[in-house]
Amino acid sequence: MIEPVSEDAVLITLAEAIDDTLPARIARLSQSLRDAKLPWLQDLIPSYATLLVVYDPMLADFRDVTSRLKTIMSTEDFQTDIKQPPTGKLVELPVYYSIESGPDLAWLAAETGLDMLDIIRRHTAIEYRVHALGFAPGFAFMGEVDPAIAKPRKQTPRKQVPAGSVGIANRQTAVYPQASPGGWQIIGCCPTTLFDPDTLSLLRVGDRVRFCAISRQDFLAAGGKLTETRLP
Amino acid sequence: MSWLEVIRPGVLSSVQDSGRQGYRHHGLACGGALDVRSFSWANKLLDNPRNAACLEIVLGGFHAVTRGKLQIALTGAEAPVAVNGQPVSMWQTLNLNDADELTIGHSASHRLIYLALPGGLDAPLHFGSRSVVIRERIAGLDPIRAGDKLAALKSNDTRPDRVVPIACRPALSADIRLRIIPGYQYHQFARSDILRLTHSAYTVSHQSDRMGFRLQGPAMDSPPPGILSEGIAQGAVQVPGDGQPIVLLNDGQTIGGYPKPGVVPSLDCSALAQQLPGTRVRFEITDLATAQNERRLFERHYQCTRWRSCGHLLEWL
Repeated sequence: MIEPVSEDAVLITLAEAIDDTLPARIARLSQSLRDAKLPWLQDLIPSYATLLVVYDPMLADFRDVTSRLKTIMSTEDFQTDIKQPPTGKLVELPVYYSIESGPDLAWLAAETGLDMLDIIRRHTAIEYRVHALGFAPGFAFMGEVDPAIAKPRKQTPRKQVPAGSVGIANRQTAVYPQASPGGWQIIGCCPTTLFDPDTLSLLRVGDRVRFCAISRQDFLAAGGKLTETRLP
Repeated sequence: MSWLEVIRPGVLSSVQDSGRQGYRHHGLACGGALDVRSFSWANKLLDNPRNAACLEIVLGGFHAVTRGKLQIALTGAEAPVAVNGQPVSMWQTLNLNDADELTIGHSASHRLIYLALPGGLDAPLHFGSRSVVIRERIAGLDPIRAGDKLAALKSNDTRPDRVVPIACRPALSADIRLRIIPGYQYHQFARSDILRLTHSAYTVSHQSDRMGFRLQGPAMDSPPPGILSEGIAQGAVQVPGDGQPIVLLNDGQTIGGYPKPGVVPSLDCSALAQQLPGTRVRFEITDLATAQNERRLFERHYQCTRWRSCGHLLEWL
């Protein structure tokens, strides 16, 4: 479905619910639109089941844009994932899971009745897909987390979550690229730089991510930092 | 080269141009001048490029010393402006000499003042833009501080004195009409809630900033539940669980999961961004074609107008 939503944006909706093939389909649609070298195209914002197309209203009106998008979408089938090679790079992210780097790890263990090692095992067992990017530069929403360790966000977000914090919110998981306020349940810390002003976001919609547990020593050697102030 | 040396930056002053294009899929906000009209007129007074960077000064309280000869322009919220203690007018070119002191007092009625320099303000380019998005905390993208130098990109080839006629200045009236283009989850909202939105007065909350303006008024009874996060168009009206609308502006998040009954056109967002807490606003429904035509007319007007002789000043044609 293609629907103009503002004087400079059109929303393409591919599905009503999340499914695992969507990130790859949306990434492919984005690529097709970029390849079409549309003079009015300004921004493409992919998310779980949608792609927001932002354009320059001085170069095209909403009728031109909608009909051009329809044409492009009809030449290739973005509705299904048949016969499409898997897209997206595989990124391995090291995580130091611990009480000192993951202030909610003990809480999550108590809440789920699992021991902490089991939580770590379950979090590292799945290859996640990047469904969306947003909230902050380089912040990638990944899914889907093992239901046994899926817990909702905190009622009151923390004022400050350190850079690299790995969190869970329901069946989503993410790494905070920069220190920021945040309400996700933090279980560890990742020393990898996720957003660099020169190379931009390490992760893109459609990418695949695997977390692997590392030791405190390896975390510090990789440039990871532990904040002295204990989080509330 | 000439520049302004900042003595006091005021409440919050940041470099803003037309914003970043093509980086929102990395989670980077657009940024850019909030009041497009005042920003555009400031640049027009100095024959600057359309997207040249200006200083966006929130509320005023700004004080700087001139180094060298410099022509500047000030537009936006009416505030007491003085050069060496002598009052001067806004919405016109100002010729400053070496060591002149420029002071901008506090605006009593509106929020944003734009200061333009010849050729635009010289500031580092990040993501194809000079706009600063403070909340992203990216190194080098900070508000202006005391001691900073505000340099012009062009040497000071002084233009004739110019003034923007009152009729061409944006009307920053007290009672603000915010039009809304129905879209996104419009049809999922109860009809009674849409009527409540368009038939009530809302006031601008203190919790309003470059990310978004929170409005307080009759709460919508039953906004639809959260949706799958989707890309947010600038000006989108987001309604969280408490039923109070938030108009998302230039530094807003790129995606979000709250339901949205529609989007406020950019020129209405410009008027909203100028309002102080407590100002009353009303929503009314408009259609996309009208909003798009208005935006295009504004751009045409901006591009096609020329300066003509009018006594010792040059005026808008």
